[in-house]
Amino acid sequence: MKKQAKFGVGVFVIVASMGFLAWLGYGESKTYYHTIAELETLRGSAMSQRMRIGGTVAVGSIRHLAGRVDFVLEGEGKTLSVSYVGTDPLPDTFIDKSQALVEGHPGPEGRFVAEVVQAKCASKYEAAPGGKGGAAPSPTEPSRM
Amino acid sequence: MDVFGSFALVLAFVCAVYAFGGGIAAIITRHPLLIKSTRQAGITTCCLIFLATFSLEYLFFSDNFSAAYVVSHSNRDLSTFYKIAALWSGQEGSLLFWSFLLSIYVFSVLLTYRNKNGELMPYVGVVMAGVQIFFLTLNNFIENPFKALAAPGADGLMNYVARADGNGLTPLLQYPEMVIHPPNLYSGYTGFTIPFAFALGALLARYPGEKWIHLTRKWTMIAWMFQSMGILLGAHWAYAVLGWGGYWGWDPVENASLLPWLTGTAFLHSVMMQEKRGMMKVWNVWLVFCTFLLCILGTFLTRSGVVSSVHAFANSKIGNWFVGFMAITVLVCLGAYLKNRDYLASENQLDSIVSRESSFLFNNLILLVACVAVLSGTLFPVFSELLTGNRISVGAPFFNKVNIPLGLLLLFLTGVGPLLAWRKTSTESLKRNFGWPLAMGLVAGVIALVFGFRQFYSWICLILCVFVASTVLLEFYRGAKVIRARSGASFVASAVELTMRNTRRYGGYIVHMGMVFVFIGLAGAAFNRDIQKDMRQGDTMQIGPYNLVLQGFDTKPEKNYTAQRLLVEVLEDSKPTMMLYPEKRRFSTTEENGTMVAIRSTLKEDLYVVYAGTSPDSGLPVLHAYLNPLVKWIWFGGVVVVFGTLVALLPNRRAVLVLSGAQQPAVQPFLHELTPSATMREGHD
Repeated sequence: MKKQAKFGVGVFVIVASMGFLAWLGYGESKTYYHTIAELETLRGSAMSQRMRIGGTVAVGSIRHLAGRVDFVLEGEGKTLSVSYVGTDPLPDTFIDKSQALVEGHPGPEGRFVAEVVQAKCASKYEAAPGGKGGAAPSPTEPSRM
Repeated sequence: MDVFGSFALVLAFVCAVYAFGGGIAAIITRHPLLIKSTRQAGITTCCLIFLATFSLEYLFFSDNFSAAYVVSHSNRDLSTFYKIAALWSGQEGSLLFWSFLLSIYVFSVLLTYRNKNGELMPYVGVVMAGVQIFFLTLNNFIENPFKALAAPGADGLMNYVARADGNGLTPLLQYPEMVIHPPNLYSGYTGFTIPFAFALGALLARYPGEKWIHLTRKWTMIAWMFQSMGILLGAHWAYAVLGWGGYWGWDPVENASLLPWLTGTAFLHSVMMQEKRGMMKVWNVWLVFCTFLLCILGTFLTRSGVVSSVHAFANSKIGNWFVGFMAITVLVCLGAYLKNRDYLASENQLDSIVSRESSFLFNNLILLVACVAVLSGTLFPVFSELLTGNRISVGAPFFNKVNIPLGLLLLFLTGVGPLLAWRKTSTESLKRNFGWPLAMGLVAGVIALVFGFRQFYSWICLILCVFVASTVLLEFYRGAKVIRARSGASFVASAVELTMRNTRRYGGYIVHMGMVFVFIGLAGAAFNRDIQKDMRQGDTMQIGPYNLVLQGFDTKPEKNYTAQRLLVEVLEDSKPTMMLYPEKRRFSTTEENGTMVAIRSTLKEDLYVVYAGTSPDSGLPVLHAYLNPLVKWIWFGGVVVVFGTLVALLPNRRAVLVLSGAQQPAVQPFLHELTPSATMREGHD
């Protein structure tokens, strides 16, 4: 076999393997972004997708209960009741009027069951240059590494 | 001072425009005075940006709360240390900081080459000025950091006002690494402008030979080193401040910093193909172009919030400017390439699949595939929305599934590549160079299996780390042995002498060794454990060999915040070892909370303890403890990488001894490794 062909085979194997792994990883981790208003319009299989929903934490709505934290998200004139059931502590930035992003699945009775909550202060938080100091809000999700 | 800074920025913009326009005129007319004046305009631009930056910093230090930016990001009680960091804690300041760091590079380049490379430098100057104009446009007209506070008076007119105190710096940024991490990362981002300017300038000027590669080598390495430090410091900041027990979460901003590092690493390796064999010229030029574009993209992603987790979060007005600048850059690069592509014709072909060239090609392929995977995963929400109308993101499983095997392949090449010969490697050479290291790796793998090591990727990583470390140490050993035989010096002194004779090559090996340490640390993540418990005073929690005893709580008022601390005694194998003080901070100005993790770090493992708040059920403080093996190796590896890069930047020492050693038959096989002149094995190759 010509050396260029051998190299081509090597390239193909690497790229194809990575493509396959990427496809597997995509299937495992894909998450749909929706607004609170959009959530009401979802039907059928769309309701079972893993999704992310953003909004503002309603003042006085945070209630620490046994095994979960309940709160209400507001956005576009709509509200969404959320139960956070993750094991990681909520971020320090998660307070009344903070902008929050919840990740999980719609649960029974219109309540959203979140496994991950990210939050940032609406008034103050500014993205830091370059580092994750900034644009990334503080998540409850642990790093995978 | 705000007017002074503002004025300096406007003048800098004018000078940059002159350096750009005048530079183009100078290229066309070749008029010596015009060339000189545009170079001086470039230098003046940099000086004015320095002045503007210092004047903004002065506003912070003088607590000038009539400046909107200072009000937003500082307060009187903020310590001096963090008043420095406040400069880049917001949009406007960090963009000025970009201009500032870029100016340091541009200033150094213009001064270093003021009387050299006369054919090339006007082109380089024009490209650098073009980049400066873009950022100065943002600094002056879009995100000006010198805006004054104003309020409507009784007469309806706007009047300047001053506040008694500022809003303070966001708590997450009040951490020592936040003072050094952004400058490092931004020095990386901005530093890649220099190889970009030389590459584009050389292509436009059809500058003969590989000289632009030699000229930019040290600038590329400096930028790469800062980028590496920036990424690791960012990871350490996330580890020590966010309290999640991890250091890398694949969020868009982290990924943005990794992208140019991947292509920059590929470029640092592939240039050797061009230097030694005259190959990959088109590839190298495009690698530099892509690295620069990824730096701009990284800044754009960080600053614009375009994929910052949710559309509800901040959207910035600077996004379109960045997209426009990147589009213009791509068009200019494409135009220059199409016009002068015959200048980049390759001089040689690939001779063998088992050769140095081939290992570089695979190295580049892997880095590029990793870059494409990270980039596509990062921009997935944007593209999925454009193509399907649904905004979809991918998470850590996507990134890990692709990048862990790629990282291991790269680690394998780190061991193999440098020891393969150019053109073709003989079977004897393979046996001699890889026999022992391979055996060592396999033995380590078997021992690990016997001791119950069952994590597949970590197990492969362990084998590869031992293999690569053995190849590197064997190289040092063989070279130092020859010098020792001739000079009689100690082994360590001989190894130092060896390194100093070919700093590029042996510095490169040190960098590779640093990467081995980093991989050891990353492999430890597979064995992380954690436990969380509501704790009464005197309660105990066990994790691994440690017992954590809650001895009490206290409150510690500081100047800018009040800390609530848990006093945790650590017993290792039932012996009292130390006290840890995880704390929650309440910042008086912002009324925001911050977490301060307490870590007991050893080379074996990190005991990482977080005060995770108060339990809603019991009202007791919650202690969350993690046991993260080998994490310290990552930070240690980073230090070794930086050290190796610094060594590689040093000039070679003359090797008089080695030349006389050529008479010795016994050392003959290794002579080529010691000679610093250009042989086929020279360089961290």
